[in-house]
Amino acid sequence: MDLTTFLFYVLAALTGFSAIGVVVTQNIVRAAAWLLFALAGTAGIFFLLGADFVGATQLLVYVGGTLVLVVFGVMLTAQGPFINLRISAIEWAVAAGVGLVLFGVLAVAVWPATTPVYWTDKDAHRDLASSAILGESLLGIEKATPWWRARHYSDPAPRPGSRERKDITALSVNGIDRPRTRVAYLLPFEIVSVHLLVVLIGAAYLARAKRRRTDVEQLS
Amino acid sequence: MSEPGLNHFLILGALLFTCGVVCMATKRNAIGVLMGVELVLNGATVNFVGFARFNPTFEIEGQIFALFVIVLAAAEAAVALAIVLNFYNNHLTVDVDTAEDLKG
Repeated sequence: MDLTTFLFYVLAALTGFSAIGVVVTQNIVRAAAWLLFALAGTAGIFFLLGADFVGATQLLVYVGGTLVLVVFGVMLTAQGPFINLRISAIEWAVAAGVGLVLFGVLAVAVWPATTPVYWTDKDAHRDLASSAILGESLLGIEKATPWWRARHYSDPAPRPGSRERKDITALSVNGIDRPRTRVAYLLPFEIVSVHLLVVLIGAAYLARAKRRRTDVEQLS
Repeated sequence: MSEPGLNHFLILGALLFTCGVVCMATKRNAIGVLMGVELVLNGATVNFVGFARFNPTFEIEGQIFALFVIVLAAAEAAVALAIVLNFYNNHLTVDVDTAEDLKG
């Protein structure tokens, strides 16, 4: 068993165990702590898969930002009875049954996914697209679009099972080969950033300090 | 223990997804429901990055989609927490079973 295999099983066990911990714990503060480990384990999985930038973003945005937001929510609302809100045993049984069935269906559905494994062959440590290429494709720079890469970086020896590269480069329309439409992510990136801005302004507006309704009723 | 292939990562994603769904269904605390949503989104992200690693034609797209999911999850968490805090201000509770103002 080599190091990557060992690391995968350690990280997967950490992530899965923490995710189950989020579900079974009744204490909301402990659930937040389990969620921290689950998200950090997922970031480790991303690093293991070679997606450095996504892993770093997961750590910065998710663990550093979203989780802090959730913890603030817990702190602001965790008073007395709300820390431990329990559900009945029957509801637990039903939820556990539904969860097991759902997991069984998903597992049976995805287990035969037999994409060739390049984990341990000599090509195993090829990097995924670096953060520079990711940034270029977000900006729509031509070099980072799939058809450009396919045309200029065509593999001399394609990996087993990789699709024929030729069919990506050209699309035959009326007998004339023309390049496929470029796929770039400038517009989605822009939409997402504006969306994030609007959402944060809206959240600040929603959560601003207000008088309680009872105070307003007493005043009027 | 075999070496991890694509289906191992898909199983991990399925486990995270299932935990998230069960968490959303069983938690009575509104913030607990929010944590379930985070787990579901994480399961989807694991699938995307797994496909980016194992399918050469999906190499950039998988990572880009994962980034979009992370950013949208941050936005969703911000709005959901604002709503929860507002609900807490108005009703002095975070129990989702008591949110029945719209009940007919």
